Amino acid sequence: MAATELTSGEYIQHHLTNLTFGKIDGVWRMAHSAEEAKEMGFWALHVDSLAWSIGLAAIFLFFFIRAARKATAGVPSGLVNFVEWITEFIDESVRGSFTARNPLIAPLAMTVFAWVFLMNLMDLIPVDLIPYILGDHGLGLFHFMKVVPSTDPNVTFGMAFGVFLLILFYSIKVKGVGGFVGELTGMPFQTSNIALKPIFFVINLVLEGVNLIAKPISLSLRLFGNMYAGEMIFILIALMYSGGIVLGVFGGALQLVWAIFHILVITLQAFIFMTLTIVYLDMAHSEHH
Amino acid sequence: MNINLTLIAQLISFAVFVWFTMRFVWPPITKALEERKAKIADGLAAAERGQHEQELAAKRAVEHLHEAKQQAAEIVAKAEKRAAEIVDESKDTARVEGERILTAARAEIEQETNKAREQLRAKVAELAVAGAEKILRKEIDAGAHKDIVESVANQI
Repeated sequence: MAATELTSGEYIQHHLTNLTFGKIDGVWRMAHSAEEAKEMGFWALHVDSLAWSIGLAAIFLFFFIRAARKATAGVPSGLVNFVEWITEFIDESVRGSFTARNPLIAPLAMTVFAWVFLMNLMDLIPVDLIPYILGDHGLGLFHFMKVVPSTDPNVTFGMAFGVFLLILFYSIKVKGVGGFVGELTGMPFQTSNIALKPIFFVINLVLEGVNLIAKPISLSLRLFGNMYAGEMIFILIALMYSGGIVLGVFGGALQLVWAIFHILVITLQAFIFMTLTIVYLDMAHSEHH
Repeated sequence: MNINLTLIAQLISFAVFVWFTMRFVWPPITKALEERKAKIADGLAAAERGQHEQELAAKRAVEHLHEAKQQAAEIVAKAEKRAAEIVDESKDTARVEGERILTAARAEIEQETNKAREQLRAKVAELAVAGAEKILRKEIDAGAHKDIVESVANQI
């Protein structure tokens, strides 16, 4: 594999670099190295992350829309039954945590859960398999290939930022601009002393502001951190394959154990992302929390 | 690990996919689930109603059977009574008819007897006259003793 010609450090770095498309030296092209990818700055796209995440969402929507078309009040078939099971599970979660009425929340939760789950699921594919097939030793199509979109902070931050925008939108829609600002500045410290009010105003704004900003950051960093760490361990285990038969067999066993454990992490992270999305939006809808 | 345009692209695709789910996935499935729930509830209610009706029908059938048995018993009793009446009536008729026949027979017998007596009386008178004639031819004139002979014949 790739590691035979690379040092361990280079192997790991190769696995952690996205297939980046951007402008370098005045030309729009794929980056050939991690340094080039960095140089491209903000105006660059991680083609692999986007392709895999959009592709996975397309798979999710393909099956779910098919099931939705076939769903009737009669006896459900296999696929419809499965989709109905997921729907009921998400509906139950939304009913449990979300007290207001909003037709957006349940479909949002379903998209978050299914999409994050599928993106995380890519982690269970052996780390070298797809990069090897598409990379320099296989078809030679792409030099870099990261197949787990949720190990890309752009992906997790992109989703969390979407949730954050919805939090802001519904906070202002439900409570009004005044109510929202009042919530940010009028708590937790309250006073009737006119002189103290501006001081408390600033302190409250700092505390509540941090509280508000922490929501999308914790949401995205939790998912990214978990998946990135999991991916890193898979990469380190994969390194053992180049260390001889004994280490290779040991690595194989380790990979199996870690993959089985990771099934739990994958599902749990998707569920946490969904539940926190629901809870944050519930907070945005309620007057006091 | 670079933050770049991917974030914005991901945000936009997220919004698009949520819209898709909200438009094409969630409503049809929840609608189907609601409809199925209603259908099952209706089915259960109908089953219960059917069972209730079946119980009522069974009860009605028992009532009908009971009534029919009672009617049959009444009819049998009436028929028995009527039969007894008919037997009694025919007994009476037979007795009256027998008496009538008996009376008629007696009347006829009496008539016959009277007739025979009349004939016998006439015959006896003739015989007596004939006998007397023979006697009287020898002894007396028939004309002179006619009164006496007739009075004797009348005494028979």
